[in-house]
Amino acid sequence: MPTPVSVLAPQASDKSEARPIIEVKGDYSFWYGENQVLFDLNMAIMPRQVTALIGPSGCGKSTLIRCLNRMNDLVQETHHSGDILLHGKSIYDPAQEVISLRRRIGMVFQKSNPFPKSVYENVAYGLRVSGEKRKGVLDEAVESSLRRAALWDEVRDRLHTSALSLSGGQQQRLCIARAIANEPEVILMDEPCSALDPVATGKIEELIHYLKRDYTIVVVTHNMQQAARVSDRTAFLYLGRLVEYRETEQIFMNPEDPKTEAYVSGRFG
Amino acid sequence: MSEESTVRPGKRSRVELPIWLLGTGLAVGIVMVFLLLAVILANGVAVFWPRDVTLLQLREDSTAGPGGRTTFGAIILDTRAVENAAGSENELYLFLGSADVMGDKFHYLPVEEVESQSLPSTVYVAERTSRGDAIMEPLALILPSGKEVSAEAPDFSSRLNEALARNEGMRREIQHLERNEIASLNRQIELLRREGVSAGASPELQSQQHALENEHEQLARELQVLRHGLQAAHLRYRLLSGEEREQTLGEILRVYQPNALNTFEKLAIFGARFWRFLAEDPREGNTEGGIFPVIVGTFVLTLLMSVLVMPLGVVAAVYLREYARPGPIVHAVRIAVSNLAGVPSIVYGVFGLGFFVYFLGGTIDSLFFADKLPAPTFGTGGILWAALTLALLTVPVVIVATEESLAAFPKGMREASLACGASHWQTLRRVVLPASAPGMLTGLILAVARAAGEVAPLMLVGVVAFAPDLPFDGVVPWFHLDRKFMHMGYHIYSLGFLTPDSEAAMPMVYATTLLLILLVVVLNVGAILMRDYMRRRYTAETF
Ligand SMILES: Nc1ncnc2c1ncn2[C@@H]1O[C@H](COP(=O)(O)OP(=O)(O)O)[C@@H](O)[C@H]1O
Ligand SMILES: [Mg+2]
Repeated sequence: MPTPVSVLAPQASDKSEARPIIEVKGDYSFWYGENQVLFDLNMAIMPRQVTALIGPSGCGKSTLIRCLNRMNDLVQETHHSGDILLHGKSIYDPAQEVISLRRRIGMVFQKSNPFPKSVYENVAYGLRVSGEKRKGVLDEAVESSLRRAALWDEVRDRLHTSALSLSGGQQQRLCIARAIANEPEVILMDEPCSALDPVATGKIEELIHYLKRDYTIVVVTHNMQQAARVSDRTAFLYLGRLVEYRETEQIFMNPEDPKTEAYVSGRFG
Repeated sequence: MSEESTVRPGKRSRVELPIWLLGTGLAVGIVMVFLLLAVILANGVAVFWPRDVTLLQLREDSTAGPGGRTTFGAIILDTRAVENAAGSENELYLFLGSADVMGDKFHYLPVEEVESQSLPSTVYVAERTSRGDAIMEPLALILPSGKEVSAEAPDFSSRLNEALARNEGMRREIQHLERNEIASLNRQIELLRREGVSAGASPELQSQQHALENEHEQLARELQVLRHGLQAAHLRYRLLSGEEREQTLGEILRVYQPNALNTFEKLAIFGARFWRFLAEDPREGNTEGGIFPVIVGTFVLTLLMSVLVMPLGVVAAVYLREYARPGPIVHAVRIAVSNLAGVPSIVYGVFGLGFFVYFLGGTIDSLFFADKLPAPTFGTGGILWAALTLALLTVPVVIVATEESLAAFPKGMREASLACGASHWQTLRRVVLPASAPGMLTGLILAVARAAGEVAPLMLVGVVAFAPDLPFDGVVPWFHLDRKFMHMGYHIYSLGFLTPDSEAAMPMVYATTLLLILLVVVLNVGAILMRDYMRRRYTAETF
């Protein structure tokens, strides 16, 4: 077990590029009650890359991504074996507060879920709950987050109107801005475009592409073209097992496993 | 698509009958409710309308008149058919007023006894402080100086009204002195007395007490003068049956000439009477005057109950829904809460009496008001205990409504908050509870509607037919939660069924019922507006 100091300290830039930011290891398995959903996973997620999780529905993509920020803690009667490390330190470590973990690993959901508050309050939410009260700091964070989420120009004049009055695509980008405002290291996205039209989807994909300069992104998608377009590495999950996990190009151009081949060529899923 | 459209018409014709039945059910319900409201409205509003006075002339040999009189004035309230041995006949239901002369304020008279009737325009109705209105013709106003102003004098009516207005001012002043100044002095004296008991009488205390007592005497003298002033002028008048009377003007509140009024003037009187009904204290065993303390009592009780029940219910629901581990115990608690709503309200009254009044109140008395014992302060029914009892009675409603609105809160939004690094409590406080507020208010609306209609439990924990003091006034500490109070539901019951003169009280019963319904409507509309405001706040465009 590494010492906490080395874990929390910002990584030296060139070395950290090579080291994974998140490691799923020790044959990670996960159960909802008696029902095992994830089997013997081992995978490393590299910093400042987009990692796509693909696989037929029900294969455990959401479960896996929700394990990464311990969102599954909310579900009663779950257990796991193996471990998940963030910067080499277990996320299940009792010293690791789940709240600070979730600040470091933000999340965007399948169904956009802005709070019934103003646009401004939505983005400022994470800072507010962490105790930030200074208006200047909040204003600045709101603006820069909205800018980075490519939403600023559309909402700058309606910061104080309800977030629910935005369009679906805008709402999803607002959710991304809300996640960014916490300055996380990793952003998890669970099928962020599944409820959006092609134009809005295109904007989000563009945004993902741009965000990976600053953040590590894990995105679940069952749209193979999307995975091919946005991701650097792709993991193919099937029935809770990691079948293949390689550079996206490799997965799509010459998959090793016949199941992967069948899936990416659209023969099932 | 096409399959659906071919199936639909057949389905619709099959469901038409049940829809028709459902519609009928709704219609019957609505008609009945409106019927009830119409009866209450008609009877309640009629009370305030100044009705014409009829001069009745009976057959010469008739003995059916009040006290055998054959000529008298009356307001015909109703004509009704009665069955007797000779078949059916019509009977007049009359208001006579002047119970001091006529013996009774009301009278029944068979129609055929009446020889002639007319509406003399000169007749006056005088509202009096006791024994009912007088139907009369004034003869003279006797001023304090002894000078008489005859009713024939051109300035008679203006001088009479002037004198009445002066009296009204004095009455106000008397009320103010009694209510505020003297009550406040009494309290100070009482405090000093208690201090003297506990600390021993010091010369300083005694001198203070002396000063206060002097002030008290001074005020008492002022009151005496005012009361005397009320008695100074007199009015001599003649009833339509011929008897002459002289009465101090202090016993007459106001006069009007119903038969000489046009509709607008009647409307003005109607409005003024309605206003006095709202704003004045009751007189004559509640059968006359207003119901101001009743309204205030009901309002304060309901408000106090709301203030008590909301935190109680919301906290319980939040714990049940958000923190308690789901399982058989929580399930059992939920069932118990729902069943509590079905416990007869009198049971809550008995509990309130036993626990709040005797136990809590008794304990408070023995700890803080020991020097007043055996006279109880909190150890007897009062508005605080009544509000607590009602809060207990209505808390299941609030719990159920709050739990439902918490359960209806979208799971995705909770997760979003937690994913932002908020704790469970922060999620609750910043996102879930504000968005659930409309649901909680729905619970409050139901609770208020239920509480406003309760009478039985209140009878055990502090409601009275007549309370001289409001639950709050100008005397420190302003809110007197230990005081007994009046309440509309109980007012209706006690007026309609406990007063010996229930005939005289009937109009007041209707008027009070009307007002109770209005109050419930006002409270509900207020809560609904608040709920809609909150809903809009959390969904609409602007903040
Ligand atoms: N909260 C839960 N409780 C119990 N079982 C669940 C829960 N969420 C998901 N599952 C089960 O776990 C399996 C994987 O689900 P999920 O991770 O949502 O798949 P995916 O996102 O790949 O479609 C499914 O069989 C599903 O039924
Ligand atoms: Mg999923």
